[in-house]
Amino acid sequence: MERTIVCDGNEAAAWGVSLAKPDMIAVYPITPQSSLAEHLTQFIADGKISADLMDVEGEHTVLSVLQGACLAGGRTFTATCGQGLAFMFEPYYRTPNLRLPIVMAIVTRDGITPQTVWGGHQDAMTVKEAGWIQMYAESNQEVLDTIIMAYRVAEHPEVLLPVNVCLDGNFLSYGIEAVSLPDSQEIDEFMGEKNINWHVALDPERPMAVDPLTGGGAGKGASMFVNYRKGQCKGMQKALKVIEEVHAEYAKRIGRSYGPLVEEYRMENADYAIMTIGSMTGAGRDAVDIARNEGKKVGLLRMKTFRPFPVEAVCRCMAKIKALGVVDRSVNFGWNAGPLYQEVLAAMYFGKRYTPAVSFIGGLSGADITVEEHFRRVIQVTERASKGDVPEETIWLNEDE
Amino acid sequence: MKKQAKQMFDQSTIPNDLCPIATEFFDLPVGDWRAKRPVVLRGKCVKCGTCWAFCPTQCIVERDKWFEANLKLCKGCGICAQECPQNAIVMIEEEEES
Repeated sequence: MERTIVCDGNEAAAWGVSLAKPDMIAVYPITPQSSLAEHLTQFIADGKISADLMDVEGEHTVLSVLQGACLAGGRTFTATCGQGLAFMFEPYYRTPNLRLPIVMAIVTRDGITPQTVWGGHQDAMTVKEAGWIQMYAESNQEVLDTIIMAYRVAEHPEVLLPVNVCLDGNFLSYGIEAVSLPDSQEIDEFMGEKNINWHVALDPERPMAVDPLTGGGAGKGASMFVNYRKGQCKGMQKALKVIEEVHAEYAKRIGRSYGPLVEEYRMENADYAIMTIGSMTGAGRDAVDIARNEGKKVGLLRMKTFRPFPVEAVCRCMAKIKALGVVDRSVNFGWNAGPLYQEVLAAMYFGKRYTPAVSFIGGLSGADITVEEHFRRVIQVTERASKGDVPEETIWLNEDE
Repeated sequence: MKKQAKQMFDQSTIPNDLCPIATEFFDLPVGDWRAKRPVVLRGKCVKCGTCWAFCPTQCIVERDKWFEANLKLCKGCGICAQECPQNAIVMIEEEEES
């Protein structure tokens, strides 16, 4: 039966996992993910999750054993962040190429150094090119719902890719909200029959060598390698449609809906818009409400799906506006700007229309992006940009605090 | 090569652009990569099987009174020579006459 609890984002994630009924979990604690690991192990001890728990010595092994579990046909879950994700990178990079539908929460943490244990998207953004699907949640409720939906996306036969559900360290991981737990039977029906390892398997009934050597300068190897790379890209592009379908089905069955790729807020008649990602969106919505009350024609676009990047959806939104202010919670060092901002610029090429865009970077290392101070400034600068006064450089919020 | 107990399944039943898998054997002559080869001194070998247990390519084969490497598969790593408790295995440069 559906019921409401009050919990932080890490616990909401664990409840999402319990509803998705994985077969194996391996997890290694790291701030701010640690209480998520504790909730998972407690749920297993209490019988709320009937998965095997692998107690391993670090994140590299965490993902390696889950690869094995997945190859043996199991549904799997883990969570990490920051330096743990860095240590996990070797198997992380390999998981999408093996086409293993593993779901992993990244409880996002800023990158060190300077030494930090606080939130920021630097960890998830650093691995954005490794081939995982990445969806960013705004609320604890969305964390729970998205973890369940993530399995449907990952295990879709035309996708077969691992999914990161990103929840903001500190703001979501420790922030407490009311969360509605869907009825377990309804989720079972939503999830359907479990069929994970039909394509690549440690299966004595179908003996095969997994991931033999391909590539090389001579013979068929090179074209085989291209074939698998293109297949991976095809799965990634297919995911865009599947993410939309799965969100629509979830909304129909469970009654909660989110913008699957880009969520629009008060975009009707908007002259310009701000773009947010993750938990900062709540403050962004409030700031847009205030500005609308003051008569400003501003809307908000929230990026939910960052990988694969929803180029068409972004271009559709951009076609309506005269300027966009993009707020990133991480840094793209190669461009002296935010990574989301840079992706939007790239998408604009396909929209064949130039729209002034401003890069804001804020909320680094646990800093707050506030309604009154920061989002008000973001809206003001973006409004000026819509009238031709476009800042040439990235604007660093929290700089003068 | 030992025959597979199960017949290989039909690989065409799954899309060929997912994870690379192999369902046919390919005889890669890895022995060609070898710089040194193990030579078993039959007088010293007590057939304890240590070399057989340690060989990473599982190329040690059993004879009546001694063990020796299948040189088609042996890459010449020398682990067997290192581990042999009787010092019954010596590594010889491939250029040299044995």
